[in-house]
Amino acid sequence: MTDSPQTVRLIIDDREIAVPEGTTILAAARQAGIDIPVICHHQATTAQGNCRICVVDVNGRRLLQPACSVVCQDGMVVETRSERVVRSRRTILEMLSASVDLSEAPDIQSLLDDYQADTARFPEAARRRYPLYDDNPFYVRDYSKCVLCWRCVQMCGVDAQYTFALTLAGRGFHTHVSTAFEAPMLETVCVFCGQCVGVCPTNALKPKIEYSLEQGQFFDKRSE
Amino acid sequence: MPDATVTLDALLAPYVELQRDALLPALWEIQTAYGYISPLAVRAISRTLRIPEAEIYGVVSFYSMFHQEPTGQQVVHICTDPACGLKGADDLLRAACARLGIQPGETSPDGGHTIVRSSCLGLCEHAPAAQISRRGADVRSVAPVGDVDRLLAGDAGPRPTVIGGEVRVLLAGEQCQMLDEYGDYAALRHALQHLDPDRVISEVEKSGLVGRGGAAFPTGQKWRFTRQASEQPHYVVCNADESEPGTFKDRVLLETRPHLVLEGMALCAYAIGASKGYLFVRGEYPEAYRTLQDALAEAQAANLLGKRIMGSEFSFDIELRRSAGAYICGEETALFEAIEGKRGYPRMKPPFPTSQGLFGKPTAINNVETLCAVTGIVRYGADWFRQFGTEKSSGTKLVSVSGHVQRPGVYEIVPGLTLRRLLEEYCGGVTGTLQAVLMGGAAGTFLKPDEIDVRLTFEDLQAIGGTFGSGAVMVFNETVDLRDVLRRLARFFQHESCGKCFPCQLGTQRQLEIVERMDRPLSGDYERLRDIGLTMSEASLCGLGQTAAAAVLSALRKWPELVGTS
Ligand SMILES: Cc1cc2nc3c(=O)[nH]c(=O)nc-3n(C[C@H](O)[C@H](O)[C@H](O)COP(=O)(O)O)c2cc1C
Ligand code: SF4
Ligand code: FES
Repeated sequence: MTDSPQTVRLIIDDREIAVPEGTTILAAARQAGIDIPVICHHQATTAQGNCRICVVDVNGRRLLQPACSVVCQDGMVVETRSERVVRSRRTILEMLSASVDLSEAPDIQSLLDDYQADTARFPEAARRRYPLYDDNPFYVRDYSKCVLCWRCVQMCGVDAQYTFALTLAGRGFHTHVSTAFEAPMLETVCVFCGQCVGVCPTNALKPKIEYSLEQGQFFDKRSE
Repeated sequence: MPDATVTLDALLAPYVELQRDALLPALWEIQTAYGYISPLAVRAISRTLRIPEAEIYGVVSFYSMFHQEPTGQQVVHICTDPACGLKGADDLLRAACARLGIQPGETSPDGGHTIVRSSCLGLCEHAPAAQISRRGADVRSVAPVGDVDRLLAGDAGPRPTVIGGEVRVLLAGEQCQMLDEYGDYAALRHALQHLDPDRVISEVEKSGLVGRGGAAFPTGQKWRFTRQASEQPHYVVCNADESEPGTFKDRVLLETRPHLVLEGMALCAYAIGASKGYLFVRGEYPEAYRTLQDALAEAQAANLLGKRIMGSEFSFDIELRRSAGAYICGEETALFEAIEGKRGYPRMKPPFPTSQGLFGKPTAINNVETLCAVTGIVRYGADWFRQFGTEKSSGTKLVSVSGHVQRPGVYEIVPGLTLRRLLEEYCGGVTGTLQAVLMGGAAGTFLKPDEIDVRLTFEDLQAIGGTFGSGAVMVFNETVDLRDVLRRLARFFQHESCGKCFPCQLGTQRQLEIVERMDRPLSGDYERLRDIGLTMSEASLCGLGQTAAAAVLSALRKWPELVGTS
C-alpha cells in the first residue's frame, strides 16, 4: 500500500476540516487551532484513553468519545465544548483535585481555572496519600501527587525501555504505581534511565537534586 | 490435590516452557498450595514463565482471590452484597469475626482462619452465602450458611438447586446431566452432516437470538463478522465469569448442563472456523469448574471434542480457565487480558473482538446462556426457536430471582410473561409487601410496585427506562431500607472498578462516600450524585463505569426523598 492516504472531511465546532485518514480528532482539532485538553496523552506513549478529559461529543452519540484516540471519519460532526462535555471535564477535575495533591501540576491547575472547577466540591472525600519514597540517588517518588496517567509505567515497559521495574498495583481508587512488592528502587531492575521522570506531568517523580534543593539539604551539607 | 509441603520448583515444573497465558493458572497453583503468593513465589514464576516480577505483582494485586500476605489455614469469604445483605450477612460477618476476635481482612492469632468480606458469590438464591478455601484444597461454597460454628468448621452442607418456570428448554432438571444422560452431541452431529458453517450462521441470524450476557447484541451477526475476518486463527470464548450481583443462571447451567455449554461452543467454532476455544469461569464457581473438568474429559474421550470430531474434518478443543475474583473480567476485552495473563483492564474499542480479540485474533465471545440457546436453534431450526417469545426477544430466557420471594431460584421463562406473574405464579409470591424490584443486577435499574405489569422482554423493559441486563431480578419488600441497598451497590462498584479510567476510578469512590452519608446528606449531595453519575455514564471507558450509577440514578428519580433534594 504505497497510495497516499485518503482525505477525510469532518466538522469540528462548526469548522470544516480536512485531514488524512487515520488522524485522531485531537490532532485534527489542534491542526485547526481548536484546543482540546489532555492529561494522560503524551506523544511518547501509547494512548490508553485513561483520563477522559479529552472527551468530545461526536454525531450526537450517547457516549462521549476520547479525542486522543478516536480517529476522524468522513462526515463526523464533533463538538468539543458542549454542555455535557464541559460537565464531564469539570466533574473529573473536581473529583481529581479532591483525591490528589495537584499543587505541582501547572497544566492541570490551569484546567481547573479554565473549567471553573470547584476544588472544594467534594467535602469529606478520601485523599490518596502515600509515603514519599526517597530510596535512591536519582529521583524521589511522591505518589500522593500521582494522577495515574500511566506514562511512567509505559515508558519503563513496552513504550521505551523494556525494563519493567514499575507496574500498576491494586485496583479502582486504590490503584497505584509500584515496584514488585513495593521494593525499594535500588533492589529492583531499574536502570535509572530517567525516562519516567521526564514524562511525569505532576512532579510525583522528581529528580533528587531538585528535591534536595527544595528541602535545603544539598546546601546544608556543602556549606560546612 | 497439591500438598502444602511441595516445593515451588515441583509445583511449577509443568509450567516450564509455557507462555504468559499460563500466569493465572500458575498463580492459582501457588495460592492453593500456600494460601498466598510470596515474593519468593513471584520470583520463581518470573523465572519459569519469563515475566517481569513487577508485572506478576501487578497481576496478583488485581485479583481479590490472590493474597500477598500469609493467610489462615482456611480463608472464609462472606458475601455482603444486596441479596445476602437481606438475609443477615452483616450479622454473620460480625459474628464470625467476633468468634475469632478479629476484624474483616484479618487472620486469627492461631492461624486457623482469615475472614474476608466478598462481592456477590452468585449464590443469591441460597443467601446468606460464603465460600471457604482451605489451604491445599479446592475452594468450596457454603450456602445457605446455617450457623457460624459450622461455617468455621468448614462444613459445606448441601446446596439444592432451585429451578422453575414456564418451560424446560435450556434447563433440564435439578441434577447434573453428564454424558450418559445428555447423549451424543446431536446438534453438532446434525451440523457436521447437513449444514455448512454459513448455514449455521444464517440459522442463528434468522432465529433473532441476542446475547444473554447483558448487551443483547445479535449473535448471528457477531459470528458472521468473526467468520469473515481474514486474520487467523479464530477463537471461541465462552464468558462464564458471571459476577453481576443477583445473577446466577449461568452457574446453574454450568452445574447442571455442562455438555450443553460445550456443545454450544463447538457449534460456534464450526460456524466461525475456529479450532480452539477457552471457557473462562469465575474463580468463585469451584463446583461448576469441577463439573466442567469432568464433562470436558468425557467429551474428549467420546471424540465429541478433539481431532476430527465424529469422523468429520472438523477439529476443535477447549481449555478451561479460572478467574480469581474480579467483576471487570466479565467485560469481554478485560477477559481476554486475564486469559493472556495480565491485569484485567478493558481495552479501548474499536478494534472489536470480532477482528482483534483474544491474543489479538478474531474472536467470538459469548455468554454461557447464549451458547446453550444455539444448540436448539441448530438442531430444530430458527422457526422452532421463534415459537417462543416476541419478535425482538425470541427464544426462552433465564432469570435469576433473589430476595423477598417465597422460592428464589432460576426460572426459564418465555419473554412476554409479566414480572407480576413471574413473581406471583412462579416464585410463590412476594414475602411481605413489595417495595421495589432491581432489574438487571447492580448495573440495572429499580422498578416500583406499580411497574411490575411490565412484560419481560428487552423492548418492553427498555421502553420504561429499565433493562433486562443479565436477567437478575432482586425483590425487596417494605422492611428494606433502600439506602442500605444503595450503599451495598455503591460499595460493590467502588470495590470492582478496575481503576483504568478517571471517571469510574474516582466516581465510584465519590459516589460511595455520598451514598454512605445518605441518612444525613450534606447540602448539594443530590447534585453531586447526579454530576458524578452522568459523568461516569457518559465518559467512562467501559460498561462498568457506564452503568455504575444506573441503579443510584434510577433510585433518585423514583425516590428523590432518599437523599433529600436541596
Ligand atoms: C463490567 C462488565 C461485566 C460483564 N460481565 C459479564 C459476564 O459475567 N458474563 C457475560 O456473559 N457477559 C458479561 N459482560 C458482557 C460482555 O462484555 C459481553 O458483552 C458478552 O460476554 C457477550 O456475550 P453475549 O453476546 O452472548 O451476551 C460484562 C460486561 C461488563 C461491562
Ligand atoms: S469504566 Fe471503570 S472498570 Fe471500566 S475501564 Fe474505566 S475504571 Fe475500569
Ligand atoms: S488525553 Fe484522551 S483520555 Fe487522556
